[in-house]
Amino acid sequence: MTEVEKRRGAAPVPRDWTYAPAPESREIVALHERYGLFVGGEWLEPTETYTTVSPADEEPLATVAQATPAEVTHAVAVAREAFIDWSALPGSERAKYLFRIARILQERSREFAVLESLNGGKPIKESRDVDLPLAAAHFFYYAGWADKLEYAFPNREPRPLGVAGQIIPWNFPLLMLAWKIAPALATGNTVVLKPAETTPLTALLFCDVVCQAELPPGVVNIVTGDGAAGAALVDADVDKIAFTGSTEVGKAIQRRLAGTGKKLTLELGGKAANIVFDDAAIDQAVEGIVNGIYFNQGHVCCAGSRLFVQESVAEAVVDKLKRRMATLRVGDPLDKNTDVGAINSRQQLDKIEELVAAGRAEGAEIYQPPCRLPERGYWFAPTVFTNVAQSYRIAQEEIFGPVLSVLTFRTPDEAVEKANNTPYGLSAGVWTEKGSRILWMAERLRAGVVWANTYNRFDPASPFGGYKESGFGREGGRHGLAPYLAGAVQ
Amino acid sequence: MSRLPVKKTYKLYIGGGFPRSESGRTYESQGQNVARASRKDVRDAVVAARAAQPKWAGATAYNRGQVLYRIAEMMEARTAEFAELVSGRAEVERAIDRWVWYAGFADKLAQVLGSSNPVAGPYFNFSIPEPTGVVGIVAPDEPPLLGLVSRLAPAVVGGNAVVALASETSPLAAIELAEVLATSDVPAGTVNLLTGFRAELAPWLASHMDVNAIDVTGADGLRSDLERAAADNVKRVVAGQSDSQGLYEIAAFLELKTVWHPIGV
Repeated sequence: MTEVEKRRGAAPVPRDWTYAPAPESREIVALHERYGLFVGGEWLEPTETYTTVSPADEEPLATVAQATPAEVTHAVAVAREAFIDWSALPGSERAKYLFRIARILQERSREFAVLESLNGGKPIKESRDVDLPLAAAHFFYYAGWADKLEYAFPNREPRPLGVAGQIIPWNFPLLMLAWKIAPALATGNTVVLKPAETTPLTALLFCDVVCQAELPPGVVNIVTGDGAAGAALVDADVDKIAFTGSTEVGKAIQRRLAGTGKKLTLELGGKAANIVFDDAAIDQAVEGIVNGIYFNQGHVCCAGSRLFVQESVAEAVVDKLKRRMATLRVGDPLDKNTDVGAINSRQQLDKIEELVAAGRAEGAEIYQPPCRLPERGYWFAPTVFTNVAQSYRIAQEEIFGPVLSVLTFRTPDEAVEKANNTPYGLSAGVWTEKGSRILWMAERLRAGVVWANTYNRFDPASPFGGYKESGFGREGGRHGLAPYLAGAVQ
Repeated sequence: MSRLPVKKTYKLYIGGGFPRSESGRTYESQGQNVARASRKDVRDAVVAARAAQPKWAGATAYNRGQVLYRIAEMMEARTAEFAELVSGRAEVERAIDRWVWYAGFADKLAQVLGSSNPVAGPYFNFSIPEPTGVVGIVAPDEPPLLGLVSRLAPAVVGGNAVVALASETSPLAAIELAEVLATSDVPAGTVNLLTGFRAELAPWLASHMDVNAIDVTGADGLRSDLERAAADNVKRVVAGQSDSQGLYEIAAFLELKTVWHPIGV
């Protein structure tokens, strides 16, 4: 072994200097001890409750409501009553409420970012720089549509549906709320939204914003709870269900709604291919791979969890990737240096551990950079598997954690075939310097979003949603209005 | 001496060919023995559709439009034959005009349904409609020809391949249509037509894991069951009208793909 090779094998992190901790203060967040249900502009005392914790250290944060079916039914009835006046309001007035909400979110963004990281475990860097700016931008974008719907769908006389039941996941709690509520309100619907069981707090803080914006009571209603509360919402007298979450639950909802005539949009799981060609800018691609899978601990439905590298550069890319992984800082979500935060829940950690064990058992080679994980809380080190076959569970099933599977290909045709070889079809990434190849690949990949020379980018103007078992319907852009309107076309 | 006419055997239309049902069974309808397709015929039709779909979707929109127009031309020549099998000449003429209307939409869909999206960043971001893949259609019993064409044409114009269950009570027009399709430059397997019992066939089509969307317009009492089965692989469920024409009918069978293309030097 030469000197150079020896050095390459060693941990590249300098030992002599370390980062000083730079935690964001929690003081800006004033947590209540107990939260009720936000219905008709008021807080209702719940009959049942549970405790929500910080996944970083399992510290109990607050007691929140576990909505019962009767309470969910009541919230829907209140939303239905509010629909009469809200839908009759001129679009230009609805727009102004949404603009107000966008502005308040911008103003209070630090408070929301800290709370998001506290309750969900994501790095403050991400909640501050991604979740909050995008959530505010989403309200701003859809505010502008509220009085322009006839331009979006000419000659269709678009009309609101009524009450939308919305069920959102725990990976981007406030951003998913924005994706759901902004288009629903802009089109004149009222909503009953159920945040994820493990991350209710930013949605509950959002109720404050709703009051501050003087939104008419009952237009936005928030009911917290577990899957049973979600099921109650699906069964309630709503006109539409919008769900973001796992494919398994999505299928259950689709079955439950069969024959009811209620409208449905689903944004479900993914197993996205991130494809690196030999002519790609390798350093840039490695950053994209890291962002694709380790962003938000891999708790991203469109995460680039299958890396396809062209055989001729596979070794170089994987080497660089491993070295880059060793520089990722895992730890306190509130620390501004942190790149990878806490796993969202015990349950999710169990699932990640199970699939990683399956990967080892099936014969894949595992690499995890040396990093010390906190003793309390839910943690998982950034992980990459090489020597992965397409049939392995880690190449087929959504892990929803910081775990990457590396596979190789020789020709563009082979890349397309392997990339499309899953029941999912949410997103894909292509890395190449050749513009014509980007478009050739984009045409053939069966996925709702294709990123070229970038990954995990979102914008309110850009429609997002899946093919195949990743769901149907789009969120974002003009197309994101259609699921909330009668008489509208995609 | 009078000549003995040559009678037609009514068969299925799968992969561009006219096979009998794999089961060998028939049923009587409109005074004729008609093939009674089986679960295996559904399977064969889905395989044929899946194989044909990429090529049909890969044809230029202009070309797909011309092929659809060719269907109208071929039907026009058989107006009299069709008229005897359905409610009359008016239904046939409307069905022909429907093909013409959709033919003209083939190369406008991307412009009407697509968009370029002004994102905050150095990317040209655009959205384009694409076919969903293989579509199962449960055609209504009535009107037997116009109902089938009203569901079939919007599905194929966007580049999908179709497996359609014909009207159970009046299936002969569907078979006549199959003969038109077979001589209209529609690539083999792009459209597959099955005759038989809806209650026997539709559940297989709705639960098939390689079908991307199911049109339940003609499902009648089966609708709830079919919608439930569709969830097995998150099928798009389309419930239209047996006699409507519009952009929505097309869009219901389309996906939307968004591409972030870098801008730089």
